[in-house]
Amino acid sequence: MHLLVCGGTSCRASESALIAESLKRELEEKGLGNEVQVIMTGCFGLCEKGPVVKVMPDNAFYVQVKPEDAAVIVAEHVIKGKPVQRLLYVNPSTGEHVRDPRQMGSYRKQIRIALRNCGSINPENVNEYIAREGYAAIGKCVAEYTAADVIDVIKKSGLRGRGGAGFPTGLKWEIASKNRADQKYVVCNADEGDPGAFMDRSVLEGDPHSVLEAMAICGYAIGATKGLIYIRAEYPLAIQRLKIAIGQARDYGLLGNNILGSDFSFDIDLRYGAGAFVCGEETALIHSMEGLRGEPTNKPPFPAESGFMGKPSNVNNVETFASVPVIINKGWEWFSSIGTEKSKGTKVFALAGKINNVGLIEVPMGITLREIIFEIGGGIKNGKKFKAVQTGGPSGGCLTEHHLDTPIDFDNLVAAGSMMGSGGMIVMDQDDCMVSIAKFFLEFTVEESCGKCAPCRIGNKRIYELLTHITKGNGTPADLDRLRNMCLVIKDTSLCGLGQTSPNPVLSTMDNFMDEYMAHVTEKRCPAGSCRDLMKYTIIEEKCVGCTACARGCPVNAISGERKEPHFIDQEKCIKCDACFERCKFGAVLIN
Amino acid sequence: MEKLKSIADLEKVRIETKAQLDMRATDGSPEAVVQVRVAMATCGIASGARPIMDFFIEELDKRGIGAVVTQTGCMGYCYAEPTVEVQLPGQDPVVYGFVDRKRADEIIEKYIRNGELVEGIIPVNYEKID
Repeated sequence: MHLLVCGGTSCRASESALIAESLKRELEEKGLGNEVQVIMTGCFGLCEKGPVVKVMPDNAFYVQVKPEDAAVIVAEHVIKGKPVQRLLYVNPSTGEHVRDPRQMGSYRKQIRIALRNCGSINPENVNEYIAREGYAAIGKCVAEYTAADVIDVIKKSGLRGRGGAGFPTGLKWEIASKNRADQKYVVCNADEGDPGAFMDRSVLEGDPHSVLEAMAICGYAIGATKGLIYIRAEYPLAIQRLKIAIGQARDYGLLGNNILGSDFSFDIDLRYGAGAFVCGEETALIHSMEGLRGEPTNKPPFPAESGFMGKPSNVNNVETFASVPVIINKGWEWFSSIGTEKSKGTKVFALAGKINNVGLIEVPMGITLREIIFEIGGGIKNGKKFKAVQTGGPSGGCLTEHHLDTPIDFDNLVAAGSMMGSGGMIVMDQDDCMVSIAKFFLEFTVEESCGKCAPCRIGNKRIYELLTHITKGNGTPADLDRLRNMCLVIKDTSLCGLGQTSPNPVLSTMDNFMDEYMAHVTEKRCPAGSCRDLMKYTIIEEKCVGCTACARGCPVNAISGERKEPHFIDQEKCIKCDACFERCKFGAVLIN
Repeated sequence: MEKLKSIADLEKVRIETKAQLDMRATDGSPEAVVQVRVAMATCGIASGARPIMDFFIEELDKRGIGAVVTQTGCMGYCYAEPTVEVQLPGQDPVVYGFVDRKRADEIIEKYIRNGELVEGIIPVNYEKID
């Protein structure tokens, strides 16, 4: 028998280590130390109900356990085999004790659809994919469905583009299918570029066949025989696994002529991107594939009318494609039963930043930020206070405490001033300065702007300069008005999605954290204590014993004072390197 | 590889592979072996998954334990890389995180040999669709 004690950060904070010790002691006393093992585990994702203890192999799940409960767990459950009723998890909706964790509400918090095979099959073995219903969906399409049927299923499923904007996938396919041409193309957008987003890479590395199969299904639906995957050259492992997968699919005849004995033929090639962010925009992506500069062009014409080589092309993101075979296999009714009214299915998020369980998660649409951050994510690192979460990358915005209980879907995020984006989620705590965060994203946009249109090329640069000005303590309240105006103009007048959304990080932080902007421009103070130029190091006279440690450690000789007398920092010379603060053993250095 | 010319051909591969995988996992079947899957996406490899995978391959062989060691994609637990899933015949798979050589050795000696769980377990916190 095993007793699993959650050793996630949040459970540890609520004494789970003590619980494990108490359990071990109780078992020793009863002479069971050798038969029953107590094991600390990683996070169960139930932090709200922590600390949790799971008894194996009985699958009994105890929540909110206290160290003093160890005795009763050992005496009742381990020795007599009777679960301790009062500690079992109670399902909030039925009021009943739940023993099997698979019946616990929290376990529905993550459903893996796009990630269904990631981490469980060998991506370099096509047979393992086939064993998990792989290529059954394309088989079903060519044998049972007309092209119109396939489009109908995808439309009814409610699947929307996972690349960011959330355009209905079925509708996109329908438009491409209606345009007549001698050649059409299916394009997979694997130009993942948002800082902190890596879900597409993970899907391609973990389950490349799911994307190949979905592209073939799309080809069948829109009448295309050629597929192209536009992938950044910075993803060598994903490229290698894709090449292996394409080779195996061709060997089996799952790509090529007359797939599975039908008269449908489809093949896929790779195209490499050089890693320019703007090439994630579909028109720029197409130009880059054509060997032209990766610059966007006005829409219309949409790629569905005139795309790659002037032919109708359907561009979808990796995660969108990865969801398609499951929808065909399990039916649109199943898929559309998950999620919210207008956003169906699940979304993969890459959790990053000041969060304990950094990683990849897949959750049903409609889940709240609170559930993602404080349960699945295990809460904020080092027990600090949650401040905001940035979604949608450089095009998105920040969501705050007020949004913690908003159900997350495409439309709610836009209403809250952010966007779904590709699914990067960067969590920030009390030590993050929101002006600096906006500056960080603008720096990215300035680097990545293709330079074709003036608002994006020049405007973003000016915004970035203004933000730098503010973080250095040189800003005025009038600068904030200029900042907002410039943002609005750039949004209205930029050519493509990159420029139209690049001011979002600024606007959303201004909307949610105006007090921080004001503190920077009026008091020349950074409330989060992160803008170095606004920090002021002083020595508290009463605490200083005159040990000279700070003065000796100061690299610019900014500290003066006699031995055994209080010291003094020359603000003109101080470079805010923190050396004095680190050296002072008496807590006499004060940072403002 | 022979071409799959019909859905029946595809179904045959599915059934054969599934049977093979199931046999490996079934306690008491002649093909039953310990299965070790190492998360080998970029994140895993960057955190040192490759030498860990080699360690399992070499050591399981040296110590005379019948096992299949394969690579797989990202399991999603980036904070705990390298991550390794171990499935003993007849049992649910268990995922271990922060697997270094010391822990890998512990997994082989304690868990694989004797079925004793060791530290570093990452509980499954998601629902599968099949």
